[in-house]
Amino acid sequence: MFFIAPWVIGFVAFTAGPMAASLYYSFTDFNVLQPPIWVGASNYMHLVTDDEYFFQALNNTLYMVVVGIPATQVFAFITALLLNVKVKGIPAYRTLYFLPAIMPEVPITLIWAWIFNPQLGPVNAAISALGLVPPLWLSGPTWAKPTLILLGIWQVGTTTAIYLAGLQGVPQEMYEAAMIDGAGPLARLRQITIPLTSPVIAFNTIVGIIFFFQYFTQAYVASSTQGGQVGGVENSLLFYAVYLYQNAFQYLKMGYASAMSWLLFLIVMAVTLLSLYGSSRWVYYEVRQR
Amino acid sequence: MSDEAIDVPRVGRWPKTKPIAARRSRAVLKQAGLHLVLLVVAAYFAFPFFWLVTSSLKDATQIFVFPPVLWPNPIKWINYPVAFEEMHFAHYLVNTLTVTVPSVVGTLISSAMPAYAFSRLNWPGRDLVFVLVLGTMMLPFAVTMIPVYLLFHALGWIGTYLPLIVPHFFGGAFFIFLLRQFFLSIPIEISEAAEIDGANELRIFLQMIIPLSRPVIATTVLLSFIWTYNEFLQPLIYLTNDSMYTLALGIVTFVGSNIQKWELLMAAAVMYCVPNIVLYFFAQKHFIKGIATTGMKS
Repeated sequence: MFFIAPWVIGFVAFTAGPMAASLYYSFTDFNVLQPPIWVGASNYMHLVTDDEYFFQALNNTLYMVVVGIPATQVFAFITALLLNVKVKGIPAYRTLYFLPAIMPEVPITLIWAWIFNPQLGPVNAAISALGLVPPLWLSGPTWAKPTLILLGIWQVGTTTAIYLAGLQGVPQEMYEAAMIDGAGPLARLRQITIPLTSPVIAFNTIVGIIFFFQYFTQAYVASSTQGGQVGGVENSLLFYAVYLYQNAFQYLKMGYASAMSWLLFLIVMAVTLLSLYGSSRWVYYEVRQR
Repeated sequence: MSDEAIDVPRVGRWPKTKPIAARRSRAVLKQAGLHLVLLVVAAYFAFPFFWLVTSSLKDATQIFVFPPVLWPNPIKWINYPVAFEEMHFAHYLVNTLTVTVPSVVGTLISSAMPAYAFSRLNWPGRDLVFVLVLGTMMLPFAVTMIPVYLLFHALGWIGTYLPLIVPHFFGGAFFIFLLRQFFLSIPIEISEAAEIDGANELRIFLQMIIPLSRPVIATTVLLSFIWTYNEFLQPLIYLTNDSMYTLALGIVTFVGSNIQKWELLMAAAVMYCVPNIVLYFFAQKHFIKGIATTGMKS
């Protein structure tokens, strides 16, 4: 019992207690300076009916989830496949591929903003040189989020590492048996590699979903490079966590922000449970689990 | 996945040398192709670093040209001392370490203990509580952020480093998981032998298990250091006085007031990333193993 004590205290003080408290606050109007005033469900009603920023924020965040997850997972998986081959110097490649993921988000986002600077950056220089119209990247509403997705792809190192470990757990005999049966590389991928790494795919996907629903730092820093308007040009970078932060710490609408946080919790719960259910359907386990 | 075809014996003669040579050249081609793809992807990963460093060494006049120059000429090493001064790097680094070092210590102690309880002790409900621990990893931070902030507000801790350090002394789910997996792999005989010698659980923990756990402790220290070092949102909401800012906040403030001085911003970014890179090269194995273990065992 003594060994567990730190975690239990932490759980009550920093998890369970706050969750109950934020549920309570979500039904109040609370600006910290005065005690909370009970307003019933009006925070929730206002969020869902009256608040255009809410839907923008939700939209932007869902974009990151729906576009970002496939993009990052596919890239990470392919990269892991690449890193799994027997080529001279693979350790050097691995070192390089994993490196960006360890970098701190703040300066990395700054570098990204600089590389994708529409007027001065190398990316647009290359695009112009090819005779195409250079996009505005972070400075415009259309390409702001894709720029961040590209950043997410650049930082897939940890995901790739997990996929690599999963790939190395696939027994070599299965590939050999398949090759004897005449299976080509694509068939081997579909019939052996993917099913046998599906638990890892499920894990990475769920972790990724949770990550993108809370996307904050890169968005905040990226919009700070565009003249400091939190939320970016035309609110294209206004993500859910960013809007929540604004409501809580800039507008001091703690009750409203609490309502937002509980809605987020429910959404993430639902998506996670859906994913877990989905994964129990098509994830293949070597040892039958429950 | 080599190309070693299985030799199917065929009736009749056929020249022995030609197929082997053909197979070899196919293998070489395949290797070359793989190298090419690896290099292209490597370019994607490496280019931002390249651009970062070269930009940091450019003169301001070379920053504001289009198309951009590839290589700085002259090489302005002086950008680094200038950036170092202007963004109060030393000061913010000290602040960051003030937060990071105690946090790492706290994380290690408060995660190893529950990990021990979940792996080497038997008690009713153990596995259920462990599932709960894992469940907390899926909680969006936003849900607890506001009340925790209000808690610290009531305690009068806003504007100090305490909200950034203290929570780390109450266990981190990821590290509890990581440490538990490792503890599980230590043979039960070790604990049993110590028990026969009359040691209680605390002694077993401190004198037997911990010394055997150097690799996972190294991974824990490494990862928790990096994650605390990279933190942005927590310092953002808890630190009000800009002289107490961590590097993450410091560099964002620096951006605000120097929005056009990209060469200085890039120099600042390089300096910020140095600890990460150094730690990474020193301890790459630990990073990868730690991350991979969590993925696999889940």
